[in-house]
Amino acid sequence: MMRRLTPLRNAFRTPTGMLAGGWLLLVITVAVFAHLLTPYDYDIQDLAHAKMPPDAAHWMGTDEFGRDLMTRIFYGARTSMTVSTVSIGLSLLCGLTLGAAAAYFGGWFDRVVTTAVDLTWSFPEILIALLLVAIIGPGTMGTMVAISVAYLAQFTRLTRAQILSLKSETFVEAARSLGASHGHLLFGHLIPNALTPVLVAAMLATGDAIILEATLGFFGLGAQPPTPSWGAMMSSGAAQLFTAPWIILLPGLVLTITVIAINLFGDALIEALDIRAKLRDA
Amino acid sequence: MLGYIIKRSLLLIPVFFAASVVVFLLIHMVPGDPVDNLLRVGAPPEQRQIITERYGLDKPLVIQYAIWMNGVLHGDLGNAIIMRRPVADLLAEALPHSIALGASAFLFYAIVGITLGVIAALWRDRWPDRTIMTGVLFGSTLPSFWLGLLLMLIFSVWLGWLPVSGARGWKSLVLPVLTIGLGGTALVTRITRVAMVEVQRKDFVLLLHAKGIHPLKIQLLRVLHHALIPVVTILALRIGFVLGGAITVEVVFARPGIGTLLIRGIMQHDYPVVQASLLMLAMAVILGTFLGDVLQALMDPRARASLS
Repeated sequence: MMRRLTPLRNAFRTPTGMLAGGWLLLVITVAVFAHLLTPYDYDIQDLAHAKMPPDAAHWMGTDEFGRDLMTRIFYGARTSMTVSTVSIGLSLLCGLTLGAAAAYFGGWFDRVVTTAVDLTWSFPEILIALLLVAIIGPGTMGTMVAISVAYLAQFTRLTRAQILSLKSETFVEAARSLGASHGHLLFGHLIPNALTPVLVAAMLATGDAIILEATLGFFGLGAQPPTPSWGAMMSSGAAQLFTAPWIILLPGLVLTITVIAINLFGDALIEALDIRAKLRDA
Repeated sequence: MLGYIIKRSLLLIPVFFAASVVVFLLIHMVPGDPVDNLLRVGAPPEQRQIITERYGLDKPLVIQYAIWMNGVLHGDLGNAIIMRRPVADLLAEALPHSIALGASAFLFYAIVGITLGVIAALWRDRWPDRTIMTGVLFGSTLPSFWLGLLLMLIFSVWLGWLPVSGARGWKSLVLPVLTIGLGGTALVTRITRVAMVEVQRKDFVLLLHAKGIHPLKIQLLRVLHHALIPVVTILALRIGFVLGGAITVEVVFARPGIGTLLIRGIMQHDYPVVQASLLMLAMAVILGTFLGDVLQALMDPRARASLS
């Protein structure tokens, strides 16, 4: 177990990795403990203190309804982190299964999966996500399913490529000749060995998923009020652009730094694991 | 070459078919009765009869698809439920705005991306290279709607140079184009740079240098020419992403394009509008990919062989 965590520790050791990883830990902490970290409520309006610039009482100012912006950013982190990790996790699970099964069994199943992946591959994620939201309807649930489906092609493709290259390796051949079952070969040998690059790709995709969640929220299709989401905060803030620009500036800044941190940390992890070539192949 | 184009066009048919089936099925996949989904809330009962006959909703799915597709091919996309107008009219109004935005953003992409890539390759590993590569990387991680709002804040609210939103005149196009363009140049720049660097190492370039031809001439005429093949492919593949970015940017800047229409349709559950906008955007992506493949085949004979 310790040996497996070494790359993670090495990624933390580089200066950028430490900064990026530190920020991510901070965002996760804030998301988990949002209710303990601020004295304010995220949905109680206080119109007498609407659109106050940052001061001692409200470190990031208040929004157009007088709600503390920092509180809403904290709770927004909770929405953003939950939606993006759950949807990428779901997508990863389906992608791993589909990709591994397609590569392992080949034949018509592989052809069906590859065709479906190729068909969706050329469409931008936002278009696929919007199709799904149109079907399921706006809200947290719709957003999660939409994001999962939007990234499914990517994980399926990557897993399939990994398994294909592993399939002919000697250790797999050896296990097969010893009479290993399909299940044992897939779950005992192939998937564990293919997992690392797919997991790193999933981490990088989480950054994109955060943007996608915020974009859907900005359109008014994401988590519905009163649940705070960074995207929805910015779309209502857009109307206050002239009088209270911090309402869009601050959530956007937190969102951007988080996404950059995920990319930088993912990059550090790729270096530490030395898997850049594997990710490029797919 | 003609053979390649014909073969590649034939491949368009199944892709278009698949996309249209998904879009058609949308009305059956949303929760509720399709007839209700195509009617305003509180519509009179005789309307149900009209809608059912109009779309053949009492017939098998295959027949329904045929009726729908026949309409689409004849430019009849049904009537918008909430906006109460033929969907074809709504699309015709939105399309020019989207094309203007998409085409300008794409040109920006191509010109700025390739120029930056060439500069970075010419001064490889020196400060212009490093500055450009860091800059475009940063630009590509910014969420496009936030970048749009930032540009709006700086150039419209604080400096007052450009209109905040809307679609009147070229001035209203500047910020939306910048928003899409800045976000996407990273990939084009990176590919151009890598391709240039790779070609610079080829033997024929060494030969040209040995002949005493001016280095800049070699770089810009010969090296760039060869390096452009992967760049054109990437550019064409990005057409879909320009469109995806355009959806967001249209909403941010309140431009009356297909993207705004789609989002409005989804919000109002106006399914004929949603279907038509999705189909339009999907077609644009499919045609973009097709165009990219053809362009690549024109430039690179090896790509032509891949289909035969």
